[in-house]
Amino acid sequence: MIPGAFEYHRPGSVDEAVTLLTQHGDEGRVVAGGHSLIPMMKLRLAVPTHLIDLGSVADLKDIKAVGPVIEIGAMTTQHDLIASDLLAGACPILREVALTIADPQVRYCGTVGGNVANGDPGNDMPAVMQCLDASFLLRGPKGDRQVTARAFYEAAYFTARADDEILTSISIPAPATGHGYAYEKLKRKVGDYAIAAAAVVLTMEGGTCKNAAVALTNVGDTPIYVEAAGTSLVGTPVDDGVIAKAVAAAKAAAQPAADMRGPKEYRAHAAGVMVDRAIKRALARAKG
Amino acid sequence: MSDTTEMTLEQREATIGGIGCSRRRKEDIRFIQGKGNYVDDVKLPGQVFGDFVRSPHAHARIKSIDTEKSKALPGVLAVLTADDLKPLNLHWMPTLAGDSQAVLADEKVHFQNQEVAFVIGEDRYAVSDGVQAVEVDYEDLPALVDPKRALAKDAPVLREDVAAKDNVGQGPRKHPNHIFTWDIGDKGETDQAFSGAAVTVKEEIFYHRVHPCPLEPCGCVASMDKIKGELTLYGTFQAPHVIRTVVSLISGLPEHKIRVIAPDIGGGFGNKVGAYAGYVCATVATIVLGRPVKWVESRIDNLSTTSFARDYHMTGELAADKDGRITGLRVNVLADHGAFNSHAQPSKWPAGFFNIVTGSYDIPAAYVSVDGVYTNKAPGGVAYRCSFRVTEASYLIERMIDVLAQKVGVDKAEIRLRNFVKPEQFPYKSCLDWEYDSGDYHTALNKVLDAVGYKALREEQAEKRKRGELMGIGFATFTEIVGAGPSRNCDILGIGMFDSCEIRIHPTGSAVARLGTKSQGQGHETTYAQIIATELGLPSDDITVEEGDTDTAPYGLGTYGSRSTPVAGAAAAQAARKIRAKAQKIAAHMLEVAEGDLEWEIDRFKVKGLPEKTATMKQIAFAAYQSVPEGLEPGLEAVNYYDPPNFTYPFGAYLCVVDVDRLTGEVKVRRFYALDDCGTRINPMIIEGQVHGGLAEAFGIAMGQELTFDENGNIQGASLMDYFLPTAVETPVWETDHTVTPSPHHPIGAKGVGESPNVGGVSAISNAVVDAFAHLGVTHMPMPHTPWRVWKQCEALGIGE
Amino acid sequence: MNKTAVKMTVNGQAVEGKAEPRLLLIHFLRDELGLTGPHVGCETSHCGACTVDLDGKSVKSCTVFAVQAEGANITTVEGMANADGSLSALQEGFMQEHGLQCGYCTPGMIMRAHRLLQENPNPSEAEIRMGIAGNLCRCTGYQNIVKAVRYAADKLNGQREAAE
Repeated sequence: MIPGAFEYHRPGSVDEAVTLLTQHGDEGRVVAGGHSLIPMMKLRLAVPTHLIDLGSVADLKDIKAVGPVIEIGAMTTQHDLIASDLLAGACPILREVALTIADPQVRYCGTVGGNVANGDPGNDMPAVMQCLDASFLLRGPKGDRQVTARAFYEAAYFTARADDEILTSISIPAPATGHGYAYEKLKRKVGDYAIAAAAVVLTMEGGTCKNAAVALTNVGDTPIYVEAAGTSLVGTPVDDGVIAKAVAAAKAAAQPAADMRGPKEYRAHAAGVMVDRAIKRALARAKG
Repeated sequence: MSDTTEMTLEQREATIGGIGCSRRRKEDIRFIQGKGNYVDDVKLPGQVFGDFVRSPHAHARIKSIDTEKSKALPGVLAVLTADDLKPLNLHWMPTLAGDSQAVLADEKVHFQNQEVAFVIGEDRYAVSDGVQAVEVDYEDLPALVDPKRALAKDAPVLREDVAAKDNVGQGPRKHPNHIFTWDIGDKGETDQAFSGAAVTVKEEIFYHRVHPCPLEPCGCVASMDKIKGELTLYGTFQAPHVIRTVVSLISGLPEHKIRVIAPDIGGGFGNKVGAYAGYVCATVATIVLGRPVKWVESRIDNLSTTSFARDYHMTGELAADKDGRITGLRVNVLADHGAFNSHAQPSKWPAGFFNIVTGSYDIPAAYVSVDGVYTNKAPGGVAYRCSFRVTEASYLIERMIDVLAQKVGVDKAEIRLRNFVKPEQFPYKSCLDWEYDSGDYHTALNKVLDAVGYKALREEQAEKRKRGELMGIGFATFTEIVGAGPSRNCDILGIGMFDSCEIRIHPTGSAVARLGTKSQGQGHETTYAQIIATELGLPSDDITVEEGDTDTAPYGLGTYGSRSTPVAGAAAAQAARKIRAKAQKIAAHMLEVAEGDLEWEIDRFKVKGLPEKTATMKQIAFAAYQSVPEGLEPGLEAVNYYDPPNFTYPFGAYLCVVDVDRLTGEVKVRRFYALDDCGTRINPMIIEGQVHGGLAEAFGIAMGQELTFDENGNIQGASLMDYFLPTAVETPVWETDHTVTPSPHHPIGAKGVGESPNVGGVSAISNAVVDAFAHLGVTHMPMPHTPWRVWKQCEALGIGE
Repeated sequence: MNKTAVKMTVNGQAVEGKAEPRLLLIHFLRDELGLTGPHVGCETSHCGACTVDLDGKSVKSCTVFAVQAEGANITTVEGMANADGSLSALQEGFMQEHGLQCGYCTPGMIMRAHRLLQENPNPSEAEIRMGIAGNLCRCTGYQNIVKAVRYAADKLNGQREAAE
């Protein structure tokens, strides 16, 4: 359980990091919190010969509100998310999700940027970002570009991020005041990836759903944004019949693989149960 | 001579800190400051490191091994393969079960991650690179994963090395993949019980493959002093003396030239009983290189290679009268032993003490047969926090009695009360040949039923069932058999399973005691001192307990199967009694009276009728080195080798309440009440801690731990990502209770407790899960009760949506 | 392999060493500095036996490279005693409440509990259980560990009140 040898780089800025990444091509890997990459390196399933540590890049740790948008620097840790008063008020689902990720020690190191960028279908933040319709800012040798979370994930560990790009920040349109939200995660134990998990964000107005979004974690090669599930709720009072439609849509969208967490049919079923519970909890939280 | 102290009897008793007090642990002071000394903390001058190249295949022929690139790497010192070990005849080693096991794969690999080559280098980093650089060419062979296929005519022959043998150490066999058949009981009488029975039940019960997974993995440091010809072997050894004998037998080094040291051990639970390839390779490497060699396995290595537990495919049958009184028990077991028969049992017991399977019940007739087979899986078969194969046996009978209760429609507590061995039947001879020393099962179970409000729980369950909710109540009223064991029926490599204690009292009245066992967290440094303190009247704080160094400790068989208290604890008491007998002679001399005129009181001898004339043990200790009576040797020490007259039979009554989420399959243990009877209680705090820990391990086993294999023999889930070690969040809160039924044959009446909670815990939890579905006609559900398995049950019943 | 100089403060002492970039912090602490309190139990960042305090965070030192800890302030269990050498409230709590058996998880548990109490001086039982969920124990069933942390919380809170 010893990683292969590598050269260590500790750039002071994103641009410097991008230059290093460009220089070393396939042999370079960016490390943020390291709790996905370093275990893979210890198993020698990842053997980068150049490791580019973002730990000294100072300007990637902010959480700030810019007009109606919340911007979160990629090096913000899960622990920072949990501790953020700004998020507790403006986007509390992030705290709820972060608390289900790994364990306290890992949350001190694990970053939101790493969680959304590495394309591991087990990660929890991607589905939530899809639910919130977040965008990711990528910086590469040609400058910055923005990709929405809903368009970012292509396959397991494959994303819209090019090898020479670094995800630097996440922009989230602040959900409406009084919105309802929930992240329901079924897992075997603390620290485990989800058997299935569902994120729901919705807004109610006069007893009618104004908008809603539903996304799933770890029941496919990528996080799954289930547009049909969200739209089936909009314009309705979100009663049991409507919820059943959203659940059916989510189950239809889920494409889980069998693993130690259970066979396919169980995990797809579980995705439905998580969606059902997340909608109900979000509804209970929604004001208006 | 009179004592000047003016303490009351109670104060003197308290000063001793002996049997029955919750003394804080002596060993803690180093552990809480990071000053424990575990194997990986050992750092000897010139020490190098070794690790294995392991097979990615479960069954394959090795066509070639190329070590050249590896040896050329900086920091790599040597690479050993089976061919290098052959001239020393160390490429295979004998197992405790009479089979042989490849140290490094010889021509074939038989399980995934089997040891193929051993790379030695300056440090673990260089070694890791060296391991990667060894090139092995394999020819893949079909893997045999399902033990039910092992004896088929067309099954691949796994062990070509023994294919022609009709016996591989444990009796005749009937197929090249067959290891042994072991049976016990009166088959005819049992068959008769079944043929005339009012009620019979039958169930297929699989106790899945698990692993003890102590937090510290296995490892060793071998150091050969070539000048003196002496080998020192530090290691994670639950049985250091046995390891010394094994090393001597297989290496040819004389036993007095071998010193085995088990330093602090980070949990064992059976994992650290066996002798593993790493120990042999590190030993060979230090002999070859003349430098100390350390080997420490990774967690994945640990879970996938060093000794699994269980893997018993059992068929249980009960015959009973219409009221559920059991008249017969029949059990057939197919035991998956993996690639080599290297399970750790006393030699004559290929299925351990599985014949404790009649449990706490007075069953007139029983018959048990067990067949062991080879498969392409890691070898082993250790007792994971239990006595030998006792959890398997206990799980079988505790499940079957529930199946019977459901069939005859009797409450699950009531059926136990009807079948229990009665207090007046002890010592009780079971129909499968054990003599239970003592017990009072009715009192124990009734105490639990009262404590939890059993009637109200059943009422709540009935209400919930009406609402479609799933709630289960499970029992385990188990009997353990521990303290192996009497040398008339227990040995390892021909050595009787006694244990030992040597006590030396120093002139100033403090003492050192050395024992043949080895704590892995059980707190021996604390509890043995309490036994000796009570026997000798010296404060336990003044008694140092040492274990694990074969150069200083007397020979003993080690710590596993809850044998430390029943066997070595008895040795401690007996050695202390020898000392007290001599002390009495010295006291008589000091007080100028006859020995018979003295009586013992807490910490001193008193002259009968003259209470002011006393000699304290402390005073006697000094006198032992100053003025002993004529004809008596000076000094005050003794050694005792204790060969127990019988096993001890701790028991317990456990109750578990679960709630099941029928939509997700999640099971929540709402309540767990554990009553243990381990006879005399030496340190209640430590007992309670042992019970908590054993229950947590039981929870892990029942709810999630499992090692499975795909059809190619690839092991699944052998890291802590998948292998279910519950955290503080999942682990339930435990309620503990006790009764005290001393062992009549043990010097202080103690029975041992460390493993009871695992034996009873698994059954209680599993029974509770099944009970949640009992009203729907379910009689058995396979462990572990992971959410998906439980949901599959719901789905099958049409209640999963 | 090229080694780089690494400097950090460990248990209040400035230390310097040479490390290959791939040298894990746990091995730097154990093998280079001889601080064998932190242990290796799983190597996949699940068990927490290697937990140390790094710049005010509980960190699994098997999943951090020593070079990443350049300039960091690290405390291991060896640095947990009070300034006068007496046992800290947590150490005392683990002993008094029988919060350990084999002792292998204990250094990591104590370091994690230390940070937990810094952030939440009065945790509920559920908060303690959540707070130590990154540390596995195979011996105790956790119940007495929870009590040990509570013992320390009570003692430290009592001391704080007395000082006010």
